[in-house]
Amino acid sequence: MSPWVVGFTVFFAYPLVTTAVLSFTHYDLLSRPRFIGLANYRFMSRDPNFWPGVRNSAWMILVAVPVTVGFAFCAALTVSKAKRGATAMRTIFYLPTLAPPVAATLGFVFLLNPRTGPVNQVLGTLHLPQPLWFDDPHLAKPSLTLLGMWGVGGVMIIFLAALLDVPVHLYEAAALDGANAWQRLVHVTLPSISPVILFAVITGVIDGLQYFTQGYVAGTVAGGGDAGAGSGSSLGYPEGSTLFYPVWLYQQGFQYFHMGYASAMAVVLFVVSLAVTAAVLRSARLWVHTSTGSW
Amino acid sequence: MTTTAPRQRSLAGGVDGRQRRAALLAAVGQHSVAIVLVIVFLAPFVFIVMTALMTDAQALSGSLWPRPFRWANFQDVFSSTALLRYAGNTMVYAVLSTLGVLVSSVPVAYALARLRWRGRQLALVVVLAAMMLPSQVTVVPQYVMFAKLHLVGHLAPLIVPNFFGDAFSIFLLRQFFLTIPEEYVDAARVDGAGEWRILFSVVIPLARPAISAVALFSFLYAWNDFFGPLLYVGESRSNWTLSVALANFRSLYHVQWNLTMAATLLFMLPVILLFLAAQKAFIEGVTLTGVKG
Repeated sequence: MSPWVVGFTVFFAYPLVTTAVLSFTHYDLLSRPRFIGLANYRFMSRDPNFWPGVRNSAWMILVAVPVTVGFAFCAALTVSKAKRGATAMRTIFYLPTLAPPVAATLGFVFLLNPRTGPVNQVLGTLHLPQPLWFDDPHLAKPSLTLLGMWGVGGVMIIFLAALLDVPVHLYEAAALDGANAWQRLVHVTLPSISPVILFAVITGVIDGLQYFTQGYVAGTVAGGGDAGAGSGSSLGYPEGSTLFYPVWLYQQGFQYFHMGYASAMAVVLFVVSLAVTAAVLRSARLWVHTSTGSW
Repeated sequence: MTTTAPRQRSLAGGVDGRQRRAALLAAVGQHSVAIVLVIVFLAPFVFIVMTALMTDAQALSGSLWPRPFRWANFQDVFSSTALLRYAGNTMVYAVLSTLGVLVSSVPVAYALARLRWRGRQLALVVVLAAMMLPSQVTVVPQYVMFAKLHLVGHLAPLIVPNFFGDAFSIFLLRQFFLTIPEEYVDAARVDGAGEWRILFSVVIPLARPAISAVALFSFLYAWNDFFGPLLYVGESRSNWTLSVALANFRSLYHVQWNLTMAATLLFMLPVILLFLAAQKAFIEGVTLTGVKG
C-alpha cells in the first residue's frame, strides 16, 4: 500500500514546489521559463484587477459564509422542531444542493433577470421595488449569496443531525433552572453543536477561497457574454463585481498564459488559505466545546 | 387564609392560560416559518419547470404560467445541441473518476488508519492540508504537465489525477476505518490473512456506508465540475461536458430562456433521480462528512 501513499504525497508536493518555483519566472508555456525574481509579486500592486479580486473573494468569506451558515442553522432548527413532515422538509431543503452549480447559477440568473424574471414579476405585482440583481454591481454578490442560501441543504443536514444529538437531559436541566427558550438556545444548543458550527465555517471558508464557478457563470451569462474559454469579454460583469480572485487567476494563467504570474497568485492564495484556516482553528479554542467529543 | 386561596388559584390559572397561549403562538410561528421556507426552496424549481415549457414569445413576455405547454422544447434542446455526446463525456468523466478515487483512496485510508509505519503522521498532515487547499493553488503545474503530454483538450487530465487519491475521500474513509473494532482486524491477522486480504474481506464489507458515500460524492463532484472541464476541454467542443455546454448554451444558440431552462432541467434530472433512488445513502453520507469530519 505504500506506493499509493508515496504517489499521493508526490502528486501533492510536486505541484506545490513547482508553483513556488514558477512564481519567480516569466512563463508562457511556449518558451522556457525565464527567471525574473520578484517581478510577478511586485506587479500585483499595479494589476488593476488584483485588489478587486481580493475584495470580492473577501466579501464572499466575510459576509456570504456567516449569512449562509446562519441560515442553514435556522433551517435545521425549524426542521428539528417540526412535529410532522420533518422528513419531507429535510428532502425539500436538500434537493437544491443536487442542482449542478452551473445549472443552479443559470437558473438564478434567469429567476432574478430584471425584465422578465419571475422574481421581479412577482415583486412588480405586489408593487414592491424591482432590483436589478445580477445587473447591479452592488447586488451581484448578494444575489450570489441568495444562490448559496438555496444550496445550503448539505450543511443543514449536518446541523440537523447535531441538533438531534444534543442530550435531552441538558434541556431538562436548563428548563428546571428556569431558562427560557432563547436562553436554552444560547446556553445549551449552541455550545453543544459548536464543533459542527466550526466544521461548517471551515468548509465555508475553504469554498469561499476557491469560489469560481458561480461567479464566473453569473458574470458571463448575465453580461450576455460567452461563458466558454477564450472570451472574457464580460468577465466580472457588472463592473468587476463578480471578478473573484480565482476567476482572475484563471484568466491570467489560462487565457493570457501568464503562467508565472498565475503561479505567484496561487502562492499568495496558498499562504492566505493557511493563515485563514489557522486563524479559524485558533479562534475555535475560544468558542468550540469539545466535551461532546467529535473534535 | 380564605381570601388568599382563591386568588392563588386564579393566578395559577392565569399563568397556565398564558403559557398555553404562548405555546400556541410559538407553534403557529414555527409552522409559518416552515411553510415559508418550503415555498422559498421549491419556488426556483417551479419557475424553472414552468419556463422550460413556454413558447419563445411567452418566455419573452415575463408570464409565469405556460399557455400552451410546449413539451417540444425538450426535443429542441436535443436537436439543436450534441447533448447526448456531452452527456456521454460527462458520464465517462464521472464513472472513471469515481473508480479512480475508490481504488486509490481506500488503500491509503486503510494504511493511515490501521497500519503502523514511519511517516504516517506526516502523511496524515499532508492529507489534511491537501483537503483544505484551494484547487487553484496547484493547477498551473498540473496544466503544464498535461500540456507537455499533449493531453489538453482531452478528458484524461480530468480523470487521471483521481487514480492518485483524493484527500477528502481518504480522510472520510480513514475516520470510518478507525471506528472498526481493532479485534476484527487482529483476529484476521492471527488467522494469517495478509493486509490486502484483511482490507478486502474484513474492512471493506464493514465500511460499506462510508465507501458508498465516497463513491456518491466523487460521482457528483465530477458530474457537476466546471473548473476542470473549462480548463482542459473548454476549447475542444467535441469533448465538452454538460456543465461547459450549458454555460455556453445561451450565447451559442441565441436561444430564449425557455430552451435554456429546459436544458438546465435535463442537466439536473439525472442527479435528482439518483438522489430519489438512493436517498438514504445520500443523507447518511452527508451526515458522515459532518459528524466524523
